[in-house]
Amino acid sequence: MQPAARSYEAVNELVSRPLLKPEELNWKFWWIAFMASLAATALMLVCILWLFTKGVGLWGVNTTIVWGFAIANYVWWIGIGNAGTLISAMLLLMRQHWRASINRFAEAMTIFAAGIAGLFPILHLGRPLYFYWLAPYPNTMALWPQWRSALVWDFWAILSYILFSILFWYAGLIPDLACMRDRARTRGARFWFGVFALGWRGSAHHWQIYHVYHTTMACLGVPLVVTLHSVVGMDFAASLMPGWSETIYPPYFVVGAMYSGFTMVIALAAAVRWGFSLEALITVDHFEVMAKILLAASIIMSLSYMTEWFGAWYSGAHEERSLVAYEFEGHYRALYYAMLFCNCFLPQIFWFKAARRSIAVVVVVGLMINIGMWIERINIVWMTLSHGYAVSMWRIFHPTYWDYLLMFSSLGLFALLYLLLCRIAPIVSMHETRRLLSQGAQQ
Amino acid sequence: MTKMLLAQFTQPETMVAAARKSDQFGCRLADAFTPFPVEEMPELLGADSTSLRVYMFFGGLIFVVAAYATESLSAVFLYPINSGGRPLNSWPTFVLFPFAIGIFGAALIGFIVLMIKTGLPRLHHPLFSVELLERATQNHFILALEPPRGAALEARAKVWLREAGAVEVTEVEI
Repeated sequence: MQPAARSYEAVNELVSRPLLKPEELNWKFWWIAFMASLAATALMLVCILWLFTKGVGLWGVNTTIVWGFAIANYVWWIGIGNAGTLISAMLLLMRQHWRASINRFAEAMTIFAAGIAGLFPILHLGRPLYFYWLAPYPNTMALWPQWRSALVWDFWAILSYILFSILFWYAGLIPDLACMRDRARTRGARFWFGVFALGWRGSAHHWQIYHVYHTTMACLGVPLVVTLHSVVGMDFAASLMPGWSETIYPPYFVVGAMYSGFTMVIALAAAVRWGFSLEALITVDHFEVMAKILLAASIIMSLSYMTEWFGAWYSGAHEERSLVAYEFEGHYRALYYAMLFCNCFLPQIFWFKAARRSIAVVVVVGLMINIGMWIERINIVWMTLSHGYAVSMWRIFHPTYWDYLLMFSSLGLFALLYLLLCRIAPIVSMHETRRLLSQGAQQ
Repeated sequence: MTKMLLAQFTQPETMVAAARKSDQFGCRLADAFTPFPVEEMPELLGADSTSLRVYMFFGGLIFVVAAYATESLSAVFLYPINSGGRPLNSWPTFVLFPFAIGIFGAALIGFIVLMIKTGLPRLHHPLFSVELLERATQNHFILALEPPRGAALEARAKVWLREAGAVEVTEVEI
């Protein structure tokens, strides 16, 4: 932490200022971003309403490539949604105290991204109004969910994960809301922060139980998050399609989720740091550590790709080998090379310390990786479905502008939710940062 | 109504050192209010280890059993489908739903027990009227002590607390 944040009061002041003294900050860029994201969200609503009116024929899906952008977007968003809790919980258990500055907005990122991800499988259903049939409830048709289906696993994994993430985020927020209540000087702010702080007083008895709860939640969060993205992997792996039916898929998806999620955390960290002048709390050291994690993840991703190629060759199956050849030489080869460039080659720049310590480089490379990870999901869906067992069924996916509009406008919804959050809740965990300061002082 | 001495410190180490010596001055340690958890305090306050995790485990287990029972009941009795000759009670594919919902169940029960054990939500508390306590959620560390009986001993305890590093000592009735 930089000198400007080396006292408890300095941390409180830095974090609470945007909420309690908004007049001291320049909100021009916030308003520009807010209006842009509001427009994008309105566009998303239009896309969804038109989709409900006209059906999935609006998209580029056809009888061969039945999963198009929607499922790729879903996997990409859920990957980002995974990373928040994974980062927060795993770094807590591994006693990586630097997480204190980034965990709060990473957890919020989780909730928003997982919520948006959950929309896509519903939108992609032919009859989305019946999505609730996935839930077991006594009904006049005497129908029950098919528990052997990966789609049903998905539903429960996402639902459990979103609800768990909300609890994890809110529990972490309670002491900070109490701090805001006690710092607020207007009646309205005191009332609302007071209501959501639930009467927290910082009693040692309360802290003892709270600390046990928070640590236990972190212990539970790690297997849940690994399960969630493994289930997403099993949506593919449980099928019999070439390129999908692989045991590597669940861990491969978990690493991919952490990889793309970390890049989103980096982008948000840079935005929050700049927007709220939190340079003293979110330092260059944070970006350097995260760049190292990206480097490690890029190596694991590269190994995963190579394992896929090796598996195809070693299986001796014609369709598997043919698919790998198609990846390098087929219609979508440009996308495949772009994916390899973004996810495998570009992050190698982080072997150099100067690159890791340049926030601009870390953010730009992070964004490129995030694009690369979206292309990876597109490749997973398109390649296999375009090049299955029956040659007569081979087709190409041509996205329509509705595909693109829905994809880009979902980013607008994410940004809108985030911008609103910045105005109503502390964006950095104050109590954990204070504790970090105290531990630093003792050392 | 109980009379309390609230001693405010600026650093956790000073507060912990004072808490350790409180017995010598006839004060009984009642509580501490801090802006983050101070590791030594539960032990000094004689707090027992919490049973929260036990509640979470059994709460999660109830969710697991209920979820698996729902699967078995619906797949074996209410809506049996022969899917490729697989057993109706296909437990390996049934594990995931109970696992995910069980973890959420443990988290939910944990939150409810956390609320019950801490007595929250409690939107009003007599301590909220003590201005000093507002600092406890921000940057100061406050010891709540039951003072010794007798005006002379109480005055001595206040002097001692100031000598121990308290920046302010206040007497409150709660």
